[in-house]
Amino acid sequence: MIVAGVDVGSISTKVAVLTPEKITYKMAPTGWSPRETGLATYQGLLQELGHSEDDVDFVVGTGYGRISLPFVSKAITEITCHARGAAHLVNDSTMVIDIGGQDSKIIKIDQKGKVLDFVMNDKCAAGTGRFLQMIAAALGLDVAELSELSRGKTPLTLNSMCAVFAESEVIGLLAAGRDKGEIVAGLHQSIARRIASMAQRMGKAARITFTGGVARNEGLCSCLREVLGAEIIVPAECQLAGALGAALLARDYLS
Amino acid sequence: MADYRQMWTDLEMDLEKHDLLCEALPDAFGGIYLSQENRPQGMDFFDFVVAEIHGVRPAELIEHQQKGGKVFGTFCVYVPDEVIFAAGAISTGLCGGSQFWVPGGEKVLPTNTCPLIKASVGARLDKTCPFFRIADMYVGETTCDGKKKAWEILASDVPMHIIDIPQMKRAKDIDGFAEEIKEFIKVVEDFTGNKVTAQVLGESIKLINNKRKALQRLYATRKAALVPISGKDALLVTQIAFYDDPTRNAQMVNKLCDELEERIARKDGVFPENAKRILITGTPMAIPNWKLHHIVETAGAVVVVEELCTGTRYFENLVDESATTLDAQVRALAERYMKTNCACFTPNPGRIDDIIRLVRDYKADGVIDYNLQFCGLYSTESYLIKQALDAQGIPLLHIETDYSEQDFEQLRTRVEAFLEMLGK
Repeated sequence: MIVAGVDVGSISTKVAVLTPEKITYKMAPTGWSPRETGLATYQGLLQELGHSEDDVDFVVGTGYGRISLPFVSKAITEITCHARGAAHLVNDSTMVIDIGGQDSKIIKIDQKGKVLDFVMNDKCAAGTGRFLQMIAAALGLDVAELSELSRGKTPLTLNSMCAVFAESEVIGLLAAGRDKGEIVAGLHQSIARRIASMAQRMGKAARITFTGGVARNEGLCSCLREVLGAEIIVPAECQLAGALGAALLARDYLS
Repeated sequence: MADYRQMWTDLEMDLEKHDLLCEALPDAFGGIYLSQENRPQGMDFFDFVVAEIHGVRPAELIEHQQKGGKVFGTFCVYVPDEVIFAAGAISTGLCGGSQFWVPGGEKVLPTNTCPLIKASVGARLDKTCPFFRIADMYVGETTCDGKKKAWEILASDVPMHIIDIPQMKRAKDIDGFAEEIKEFIKVVEDFTGNKVTAQVLGESIKLINNKRKALQRLYATRKAALVPISGKDALLVTQIAFYDDPTRNAQMVNKLCDELEERIARKDGVFPENAKRILITGTPMAIPNWKLHHIVETAGAVVVVEELCTGTRYFENLVDESATTLDAQVRALAERYMKTNCACFTPNPGRIDDIIRLVRDYKADGVIDYNLQFCGLYSTESYLIKQALDAQGIPLLHIETDYSEQDFEQLRTRVEAFLEMLGK
């Protein structure tokens, strides 16, 4: 049995293919056409594996682009898929924090990765991957550099959680000659606080799985660890949890 | 819509702007309503009313005025319509449910005002709502800070009476509300020139109770395992009840119920029996705000009950009809209206009890707590509702939104995820 999960996010597209032997992944920037990127990434991975689309028994599509994928057998929301994927990657975790390109979500899960409750941020870029991208751009940096730059720095207090206002605030701080590392440390702290206030609405969790591209930012992880007072686990496949969950749900669906 | 241009011109409406609204409505209504399958025939009347929403009922109101009658425009389920009808006047709802009117309201109100108030003020100031143009008097109330200040802006060219709604439900608050109703009777008598006697008030109480009973009967059909009417359609019926003539409204709703009860008997539902059943609670949904119902029902679930002002809060309790003196009738009215549980009261445990009771009665699988943006009262009360429903093991999804379409897909994702969560 071969199944696949295709997670078309606002920034990147992730595909997972499950064969009886192994799990393989492929990632690509989504670009302007979720539909074409979704298909191309899916076909690309199958080709690398020496399979054709006909060999695949079931495909689950997820992510904001899930509705535009004509080749999927079933569309399932990213909340359900992330929960399933995260539970597969990390044992004994009762909560998933996923910070994606255009939203962040906190999901309470059971052992099997079933969703018990969830919250998402409201109509706002604050606390998302896009927010970090914007601020990094204002600082003339790449998002990948943020974590390193903030290491060991005392966070400056940032008051604005609105992406647009925070950008002006950051520019103001730069103009005032403040240290970039301190600004970035402050940025991580403010995002961590926002995420923590959402997470605390879901109740306590001792072991939290952190997924999404933003989870690669170690500076933010340590802020979250501190603010939430919980163990924060970032699986190596943190960006692939949605695609993996989609593929696992495809397998569940068939069996 | 038939040609009402002369009437709108006479009402000094902004025809050019209003045309834009008239052009948009058929598409919106068609896409959301007429696309539904196996709709009850009894919905034809309500479809007609919506299609002619700014024409047919306004024309009746004007006819009433030409005969010397008065029209009162109201905004809230705490305004005792009984008093207005007892004085031979007509009470009607006003506009406030569309993004179309919001920019007009934002010209004078702070941006962080709820869309319902912004749209109402915008509809009034932009002269794009015939009901606002027709009403001889507006009746406001003190159910939130935004409204209290908005009345001062709306009062500039039409007489406005404000009913002081208590903020608590102690015995002295109910006494105080009875005094408010007495004062309102005096205002209505002076304005219409008609006396409100025990005789006419008694008849009026029966009139409005009959409308409520019809809506209760409609909602009862939604308890069936195979729901005979969609949530969208039921919501529309309730929304129209705020505008329509109460006698005709009760007749048309009862006629619809005859058909729905037959449908239940022959097990003809509009959703499959395994469709997830959703209760929606929260802030009011004024016409044409059908956004959340549309998202829920196109995701395969069915809305079975609304604990909203445009829902059970509007008709659940009846006024005691046994009173024969004016004082006793006023008392009965005060007691009835103070049974309604709005987040403007503190504390407000009755609303939580209502939600839990309705979940059981309607066999809801989950609750969606719907908040219009910037409604501090309802969004704060959400915390207490979440705690209470968690304790009962009732799944809850909190949603905050406005009238715009921009968050449609985000909401859809949340609703679908919620349904997926209920499904396993």
